Amino acid sequence: MTRLAIFICWVLAIALALFLLLPLVVIAAASFSSTPVFDLPLSGASLRWYGRIGRLDGFWPSLSLSLQIALLSTALSLVAGTLAAIAIARGRLPGATAIGTLLVSPLMMPGLVLGIALLQYFRMIGFTATWSALLVAHLVVTLPYVARTMIAGLSRFDFTLIEAARTLGCSYAGSVLRVMVPALAPSFLIAGLFSLLASFDNYPVSIFLTDVHSKTLPIRMLQYIEEAPDPTLAALSTLILAGTLVLLLISDRLVGLHRMAGTAD
Amino acid sequence: MTDAALPAPVTGPARDRERIAAFGFIAPSVLIVALVFVLPLALLLGVSVLDARGDITSAHYTRLLGTPYYLGVIWNSLRLGLLTTLIAFLVSYPAAFALARARGALRSILLATLFLPLAASVIVKAFAWTILLRSDGLINTVLITIGIIEDPIRMIFTQTALITGAVNIFLPFMVLPIYAVVAQLDGRYAEAAATLGASPVVVFFRVILPLTLPGIIAGVALVFSLSVSAYVVPTLLIGEKYPTLATTIAKAYLLAREPGFGAAAGVVLLAIAVIVVALSARLSREPT
Repeated sequence: MTRLAIFICWVLAIALALFLLLPLVVIAAASFSSTPVFDLPLSGASLRWYGRIGRLDGFWPSLSLSLQIALLSTALSLVAGTLAAIAIARGRLPGATAIGTLLVSPLMMPGLVLGIALLQYFRMIGFTATWSALLVAHLVVTLPYVARTMIAGLSRFDFTLIEAARTLGCSYAGSVLRVMVPALAPSFLIAGLFSLLASFDNYPVSIFLTDVHSKTLPIRMLQYIEEAPDPTLAALSTLILAGTLVLLLISDRLVGLHRMAGTAD
Repeated sequence: MTDAALPAPVTGPARDRERIAAFGFIAPSVLIVALVFVLPLALLLGVSVLDARGDITSAHYTRLLGTPYYLGVIWNSLRLGLLTTLIAFLVSYPAAFALARARGALRSILLATLFLPLAASVIVKAFAWTILLRSDGLINTVLITIGIIEDPIRMIFTQTALITGAVNIFLPFMVLPIYAVVAQLDGRYAEAAATLGASPVVVFFRVILPLTLPGIIAGVALVFSLSVSAYVVPTLLIGEKYPTLATTIAKAYLLAREPGFGAAAGVVLLAIAVIVVALSARLSREPT
């Protein structure tokens, strides 16, 4: 590449980084505002909005519901998706590639359309339990992330290594545990992280499946924004961002962000 | 799949056992996708051709595809998708090359700026843009303070606001797939072409672009299908003034109680997504 082209690439990369961070910085700054309307630059710093998070109408039930659904759907997707990815990568299944495409396809489909389709479907078969309906629906949100990441991870895994370990006297379970599990740990971690966040932040599928009593956190948040946007929401968002940052730092320590970026396509 | 993952030929009862195990492994996932994805979408197709009494009708599609207002709605969705994808690509592609050259702490920082917004809620980011773009918001305050403008510019609830927000929110989905291929790009190909006398422009179009095409296709398909069906972003950043297929679907179900019409709008949006996915799958399979 010529020098000029390289220079332009760097300028764009830095501009892109700043542009991406802009809304996050704004939210964090607004959360320390001392007035109900964010006057930027801040006229004074205050932590009062953080104290009000817990008193938001319906906040704790929504947080609890979102966490339950996200953790459970991630756990179930990790098991089902990893098993499926192993079957696909081993290649002893007719039509393995087509099945892989089928499992990943919900990722590219509009969430809102899936939401109304599920609403119609659950009504028709008389499935009215909101909690279970949300969990089942979120499985389709999280499973594609796991399937995609695990299929990609496993396609780079050399299954003959397991045979080699067994030839050298390792038991089958032992060779899976000592060879396959460490090699796949990064993919597993990434799949779990993406799946957790996808479920925790899902709005378009959940909106059609919730009722007055059980609203997930994103639905509750959008409702607040439309009714009374005050810095309490910014404070809540900042806390969620801080939590995410911690997750990312841990992932970077364990795997390295560049390896995550490589498998995130 | 790499060659290494291909199985050694196994025959007889061992092969049958492996087959049965493979079916068992794949069954839970296939069942979930079939029962909670394929079947509901098929049912939605059915609902879109039924009227309130349960008789078959094409009225919903006629209304959607035959009235200028709804054709405008479809175009609004497509334009949002196309503009967002185009701008995101033009910025991401060169930036991915810089990102791939970065090492050490700089690389970690740049990648963190991609992952952190990706992990942040769409609602939170759209909310931040409403703060930034308001008439008493940050951008107007800054512009007035430096003296570039005297009165605040109306930015929120404009198409510029919508596209700015959408590009911001969907950018990581473009950068990451492109970065993944650019990072694996073998520099020797470009060097070889240059040694053989190719100019930088020729090297780019004949070597680098084709080699990075899979990442481009993946990014474009992902960003287009996300932005064409976005709901939160148009709702918060432009509102009623820019009705899209997504907001029309939500309205038909949540307010107007017209499931048949909502389903038809859903099927149109689904068709757009399916076309994009099929097209990208075809393009990425073609030898480059």
